[in-house]
Amino acid sequence: MIPDPFPYTGWLFGRLSWAAIPIHEPILIVTFIMVSIGAIAVLGAITYFKAWGMLWRDWFTSVDHKKIGVMYIVLALIMLLRGFADALMMRSQQAISFGSNHGYLPPEHYDQIFTAHGVIMIFFVAMPLVVGLMNYVVPLQIGARDVSFPWLNNFSFWLTVSGAVLTMISLFVGHYSTAGWLAMAPFSGKEASPGVGVDYYIWGLQIAGLGTLLSGVNLVATILRMRAPGMSLMKMPVFTWTALCTNILIVAAFPILTVVLALLSLDRYLGFEFFTNTSGGNPMMYVNLIWIWGHPEVYILILPCFGVFSEVAATFSGKRLFGYTSMVYATIVITILAYLVWLHHFFTMGSGADVNSFFGITTMIISIPTGAKIFNWLFTLYRGRIRFDLPMMWTLAFMLTFVIGGMTGVLLAVPPADFVLHNSLFLIAHFHNVIIGGVLFGGFAGINYWFPKVTGFRLDEKWGKRSFWLWVIGFYFAFMPLYVLGLMGVTRRMSHFDNPALQIWFEIAAFGALLIAGGIACMIMQFIVTFKNRKQLLDTTGDLWEGRTLEWATSSPPPEYNFAFTPVVHDRDAWWDMKRHNYQRPTTGFEKIHMPRNSGAGVIIAGISVAFGFAMVWQIWWLAAITFVGMAVVGIGHTFNYNRDFYIPVERVREVEEARTRELETA
Amino acid sequence: MMATQSHSHGSDTMNTQAYFDGDRPLFHLPKEPHHPDGHSTMLGFWIYLMSDCLLFAGLFATFAVLEHSYAGGPGPKELFELPLVALNTAMLLFSSITYGFAMLVMERGKKNATLIWLGITGLFGLAFLSIEMQEFAGLIAEGATPQSSAFLSAFFTLVGTHGLHVTLGTIWLVTLMVQVAQKGLIPANRRRLMCLSMFWHFLDIVWIGVFTFVYLMGVAQ
Amino acid sequence: MSNVALHHRSLDRAPMTRPAIFSSLPNPSNWPRIRALGVAAMLAPLLSGCNAIVLSPHGDVASQQADLVIISTFLMLLIIVPVMVLTVIFARKYRASNEEADYQPEWEHSTQLELIIWAAPLLIIIALGAVTWTGTHKLDPYRPIERIAANKPLPTGVKPLDVQVVAMDWKWLFVIPEYGIATVNDLAAPIDRPIRFHITSSSVMNSFYIPALAGQIYAMPSMETQLNAVINKPGTYEGFSANYSGEGFNHMRFAFHGMSEAGFQQWIAEARQSGLKLDRASYLKLAQPTIDAPVMRYGSILPQIYQLALNNCVAPGTPCIADQMRRDRETAAGQTPGSSHMGEMAMAPHSTTPVGASQDEEGDKLAQAPLRGAGLTPPSMLPPRPVLAESRSPASTTDSL
Repeated sequence: MIPDPFPYTGWLFGRLSWAAIPIHEPILIVTFIMVSIGAIAVLGAITYFKAWGMLWRDWFTSVDHKKIGVMYIVLALIMLLRGFADALMMRSQQAISFGSNHGYLPPEHYDQIFTAHGVIMIFFVAMPLVVGLMNYVVPLQIGARDVSFPWLNNFSFWLTVSGAVLTMISLFVGHYSTAGWLAMAPFSGKEASPGVGVDYYIWGLQIAGLGTLLSGVNLVATILRMRAPGMSLMKMPVFTWTALCTNILIVAAFPILTVVLALLSLDRYLGFEFFTNTSGGNPMMYVNLIWIWGHPEVYILILPCFGVFSEVAATFSGKRLFGYTSMVYATIVITILAYLVWLHHFFTMGSGADVNSFFGITTMIISIPTGAKIFNWLFTLYRGRIRFDLPMMWTLAFMLTFVIGGMTGVLLAVPPADFVLHNSLFLIAHFHNVIIGGVLFGGFAGINYWFPKVTGFRLDEKWGKRSFWLWVIGFYFAFMPLYVLGLMGVTRRMSHFDNPALQIWFEIAAFGALLIAGGIACMIMQFIVTFKNRKQLLDTTGDLWEGRTLEWATSSPPPEYNFAFTPVVHDRDAWWDMKRHNYQRPTTGFEKIHMPRNSGAGVIIAGISVAFGFAMVWQIWWLAAITFVGMAVVGIGHTFNYNRDFYIPVERVREVEEARTRELETA
Repeated sequence: MMATQSHSHGSDTMNTQAYFDGDRPLFHLPKEPHHPDGHSTMLGFWIYLMSDCLLFAGLFATFAVLEHSYAGGPGPKELFELPLVALNTAMLLFSSITYGFAMLVMERGKKNATLIWLGITGLFGLAFLSIEMQEFAGLIAEGATPQSSAFLSAFFTLVGTHGLHVTLGTIWLVTLMVQVAQKGLIPANRRRLMCLSMFWHFLDIVWIGVFTFVYLMGVAQ
Repeated sequence: MSNVALHHRSLDRAPMTRPAIFSSLPNPSNWPRIRALGVAAMLAPLLSGCNAIVLSPHGDVASQQADLVIISTFLMLLIIVPVMVLTVIFARKYRASNEEADYQPEWEHSTQLELIIWAAPLLIIIALGAVTWTGTHKLDPYRPIERIAANKPLPTGVKPLDVQVVAMDWKWLFVIPEYGIATVNDLAAPIDRPIRFHITSSSVMNSFYIPALAGQIYAMPSMETQLNAVINKPGTYEGFSANYSGEGFNHMRFAFHGMSEAGFQQWIAEARQSGLKLDRASYLKLAQPTIDAPVMRYGSILPQIYQLALNNCVAPGTPCIADQMRRDRETAAGQTPGSSHMGEMAMAPHSTTPVGASQDEEGDKLAQAPLRGAGLTPPSMLPPRPVLAESRSPASTTDSL
């Protein structure tokens, strides 16, 4: 029916031809030129400062969970720029495309943009943000020196990068999927989407998803096996608890994503009949399967942020977290219920009233533990001494914003209400309300909170506050109009409107997006100014927020071994407890420390996986075969390396710790 | 053997007396606790297997949805040759037994016997794979290709994914045999053999599910 | 299409002024009415400036759905507002600079508070859950219309208007078998007469949605969904696909006219004047992807064109899915299939409605629609069984699983 824009040309190039280079798209050409200039500048700077060796040795091949965590967050922030550029384009298109004005984005371009926006924001911004925070913080909070499988951690990270790179390549070679962020069948099938877009989608997510899955296995094992002596499960910091539940969700949900993407690939590549309209295929099964993964996915994103807010609320109220036990059980209940609600994403499919009511009510039940959490944060503030530093500001903004998103979410869980609001801009407003108000605010709270731990200096307050206000106000301007538009019956994924009465609301939303752009700009300024003023912003105590958990017990930045002596835990707020008991940091008796050794295998395999994904997208079978064998050979070769660890000599430990002692004395 | 017997600090049941000096809480232990090599490996691998299990669960669910969608074509009764599949099942079950023997001799530190039993396991694995390939080839020759109905798509994918796992397991087995031959039954290799053992038995269990739900129940209907 | 939007905009009223608004409640007492009026009053200033059609529709089903939106919002505001207020109060009162405020750094537990914390949301959810359960059953799109509007019962003997809907790339085909006509991107119905939509799609998923009339339901290829609704007020309303379906999705919109009986008959007569016939050939031509398709009318139709479309066998020589499924059932039951041929008359055993397919000029007979619900139960395996409840239309019984 719809012609394939990229027919197979032969074994050498598969479907790849000059037609794949979008020279007729001025927006893409300009973007390409800008990205190229940026890339050349960065690569040039790295070469000029002879930083390649340092980057390779200290970062790319590093198995240090702290460095991997930082790299995840850097990836998230870079991809945020891409995802937000997409958002700005959508907002501006919708603000102008009325009546005879069709805006500047034709549907096939607009459709790629909203697909890419969703995929990038979820998989390559929100996921790396929370995985990065967990990677950095969890081992420190549990008093460990690294994760259980340090090499796997490095490999997971680079697989995520590979998925992001493959997605970015689609911008300039071929095109991206137009099927939306979940690539619903049968639209994502070969007949309706014959191009390479869905293939980019499949391979980008398949590769990144594998990375996430392995990372989940790793962190679950880490939390269960690497805790410091005395840290029973009910003495774990709440962030670690949420990380545990999130990673259990990852381990239990991502295999379904792998399956559904694999089945879709079989349909597209080999003509199987899973999700087709004919031969017994069942497109509804795709919808069910993808949401069986997709719903837990949103809890994967939000739970660690709940953890961040818990840490921040307690720390900046100078008070224990109220209701730790109910917080933990609430998290566990959410984890379990996350699997029992997926059908609420498609009440409108025509399931019976019993099925719809069941899933509607299970969804509402999730709001009970979530509500309990909100109350717990509220009563953590109660009778506290609240310091309004940036992490706390983000937390309060979250508490005020998230409840609105939670309310509209429960509203959408009422099936008859969903029948009138499903797929509308009301829904868009709802999930941005929880994802920006929850996940992103949580990520920013976490970044502002732990940045001093990572670098040893605080983030600049002035630019941080500017960024905060622009983000928060911008959020309300950008998304409250969408609630209204949803109630006016405006559906999502439209690039043109006829009704001029709608335009003002889209213009307000576009204004909100501009404010958020200002927020992002201020955030970049915050990093620049912080780097410039790092001397003034220095923190030598390692504990500038009067922290409560173990990550604040070590220096900022922590030494590569995290703790010279493994701490013993007696209290939930372990570091608070140590300070209360006038803990004296030991200055003698150091021992050599056993640490994992860096390895380049992860980054090499992941690099080859980009070529493999590209070859599969363009059906360059010989390249796919070679790269597949290449990945296998490097992977198997890596198992022949038994020399994976080393000891940091005691002299080195002593040197580092004595430097720290001097630092603390001058502080 | 290794990992599991090591420190289980962090567990709620442990003796916390050691963390006090009289009434005074200790914040570091006199003897620095140490996580031995591979101390999380078994748990980590087990978690991975659970995720793999869910992958198969997804495929089983898919098969359950599509198992009667023959698109007007043939169903299991016309297609499946139970004796061949029973033989195949036997191959895989035998391979699990021989892997068990390999682990027993590994425990006693007998490197060559371990290698022999591993080799036999690998041969059973290969036999399983060749019978499966033969079955697939026969089906395709009859025109029952995975493209011809949703039922066959689901069948080939479920059984094929299991076969792919066995293939990976076999490659892993050969790799480990080389590593055992090179380095002997060092702790790292023992740990790897334990992981592969779990993987191999896991595939056996999955196969029992496949045999029961796909073949036996398919034909019995 | 903009004139359509403008038109119904002028018909809008603020939700609080609509008299029928809360009569859908399971509880006859008027307690929610008072509270919901309060909410409506709160929302009114916000929404009076815009035509919030979702909150002030003109069909009884959509009105009841709008009521549920408002009642649910109100129930949740009972807890959301105190939380937001307390957040601001606590944050202000316990700021670090306020030395006078109580400070209890070790305070972390209070059984009474914990009880309230868990019980308060629980109570709200119990209330909301009850509303959800009754509302979902009452407003099940498959459930035949039981009243015309609040306080306006369904007259006996009224037969609903059957409308068969096919979502195409990228337009809507409406077949009205009762009058033997079909239209593209234009639909009318008499006011206060129940309408029963049978909805399918020719290629990808869409969602059939007329906000003024009733909530949406998916249009899916080779599957049928149903929607029962009634329009109470004359006017021209917007209908569209609410599920993204590709390049021409923006223009997948149609006008829905609520008309007096006389107006409706005139609309039918206009369609009948068209010399076009919707048969296999013209259907296949129409199904080709087009963007922003104009309104079209077919004065006559091949009677079972919708069934053929639903079964994905309009093109001659393609097997009908219902036939395939029947053969699959036989295969699964251990019988030897194969005596059948394409297009053979087959009764779906789980159906209790007689198939209305009559012979077309090619002599094809057609099976009952392969109804499939949420996709987890292959309906081919459902045993024959009676209608579950009177409230459900017989053909939808498969969907309750």
